[in-house]
Amino acid sequence: MGKIRGAATARAKELRLELSILGVFVGIYLLFLIGSPSTFTRFDIYYAFMSTIPFSAIMALAATFVIVSGEIDLSFPSIMGFSGWVFAKLSNVMIDRGMNPELVIVLATLACFATGIVGGTMNGTLVVKTRIPSLVATIGTMFFWRGLVNVCGQGYGETLVPINQTVLFKLFIGRISGLIPAQAIWMLVLTAIFWLLLKRHRFGSHVLIVGDNVESARMMGIRVNKVKMTVFMIMGFFASFSGILASLEVNYLWPSLGEGYLLRTLAAVFVGGTSVFGGMGTIFGTFIGSIIIGSLEGGIVAIGLTGFWTQLIYGLIIVVSLSIYSYFRRRE
Amino acid sequence: MAKQKLVSMVEIQKSFGKVEVLKGVNFDVNYNEIVGLVGDNGAGKSTLIKILTGVHSPDGGEIYFKGKRITIHSVDKSRELGIETVYQEQALSEQQTLWRNIFMGREITTNFGFLRIKDQRNETERILRDQMGFTSKAITTDSVVKNLSGGEKQGIAIGRALFFNADLIVLDEPTMGLSLAETKKALDFVRNIKQQGKSAIFISHNIYYVYPVADRFVILDRGHVAGKFLKKDISQDELVDKMVTLARTGKIS
Repeated sequence: MGKIRGAATARAKELRLELSILGVFVGIYLLFLIGSPSTFTRFDIYYAFMSTIPFSAIMALAATFVIVSGEIDLSFPSIMGFSGWVFAKLSNVMIDRGMNPELVIVLATLACFATGIVGGTMNGTLVVKTRIPSLVATIGTMFFWRGLVNVCGQGYGETLVPINQTVLFKLFIGRISGLIPAQAIWMLVLTAIFWLLLKRHRFGSHVLIVGDNVESARMMGIRVNKVKMTVFMIMGFFASFSGILASLEVNYLWPSLGEGYLLRTLAAVFVGGTSVFGGMGTIFGTFIGSIIIGSLEGGIVAIGLTGFWTQLIYGLIIVVSLSIYSYFRRRE
Repeated sequence: MAKQKLVSMVEIQKSFGKVEVLKGVNFDVNYNEIVGLVGDNGAGKSTLIKILTGVHSPDGGEIYFKGKRITIHSVDKSRELGIETVYQEQALSEQQTLWRNIFMGREITTNFGFLRIKDQRNETERILRDQMGFTSKAITTDSVVKNLSGGEKQGIAIGRALFFNADLIVLDEPTMGLSLAETKKALDFVRNIKQQGKSAIFISHNIYYVYPVADRFVILDRGHVAGKFLKKDISQDELVDKMVTLARTGKIS
């Protein structure tokens, strides 16, 4: 019997993990439905979820790669904030010079992406070259980028109204036939891409192997530093992308953009079943985890509890789901 | 040279700081031969091998591979030549499937870098069944390394080295920390190397494990070669006696 269990294939194991995540998800939505049928049988709440969840879900997808590689990034909300600020500030400077909004948003987007990639490269360099553990290095860069927003923005926000009639704006956060927010489509498409990258691509294979055992990876000729650098750059890039989406959604750049995303995003990854020790991760889990974490607040209020309950219930869900996965893992 | 050797290391010297670890070592491996490289801890076995696999560069001496003089400055270079190392810690990824492990760092992919998973699975299956002779139905290409026994892990690491057409496989203490039954399994995998016409260097400080599989023994002691023996000229007990005398007196009687 022991031998047969020992033979549990990776696929069977992963399927079981993903099914338990799905179980948690279905359980929570059943509670929502029973607690507030009038809210959860109507489209409105799903529309609201589709507009807000993608911002943190997209970053959670990128964070999954960082965590699978055995590292962590705490600076992505600040990178989101600063690159968002670059996006908005640059847009307004160009608009003031009378440039065409269509061109302005394209240039501002490119500058924003570049800022995000620079942020990721900085994290990667600190971890790979300076050899500071990522947990500590990204605490530093977290303060650094947030501080840069404060110094550059002096606490002021920036309007984004002048560019909200552009094609790119509609592509980013427009509404498809007035019903489906474009960011929800981005979230779906990116989930598929990240899944392919992790499970079906050489890069994902290297990320898994590096996170599993750095020494083994090195001995087999995998360029460990390049892999780690790349995951941090991907993280920075998608933090900047989320920064654009989240600010365009409200037509305004808040100088506090990004605050509040850190723990929720990471919680989504872990509730999704990705291992904190690296070498193992599930994109499907992160997708479902993001929806769970993103819909809790709305759901809790809808079933009649006050907002004071949200953190308590976040805590419960996280502790319970992680205990379930840990139980499965120990049985292997 | 009467017969061309696979590898000849001539008068190899290496110091770390003031410590002279190798004091002019001559070491050869013939085609289709398993050489047992034995000696106590600190004899210089690891250093000699790390020079051959490109981890360290020698301070003096020459290396010939298939008759040609070479310099090996990196692990990649030694691998290109056809020298693969199976490390004590095996260089496997514990949580990953066998098909990811066999191809780690050398994946079969399309032009865009997407994995040809089916090809990797099929090749892994072939390595498991035909090449390494795994029979247990419990082990499949989708098994996770963590669930294998120590001897089986060695088998995977050796199978991987053979698959990538290594002419010489360096085994660094492959039986370290294994139970008796697992040691037997690992030794069977080592015999496989010879059956496939390849050569191996088997590093160990335990004669009892090396003797059954090796064709020839090289005893290293404090930086030089203390003795070379063919298996047909020496029994296991005689070899052990020599090692004991060597450790006591610093000379082979």
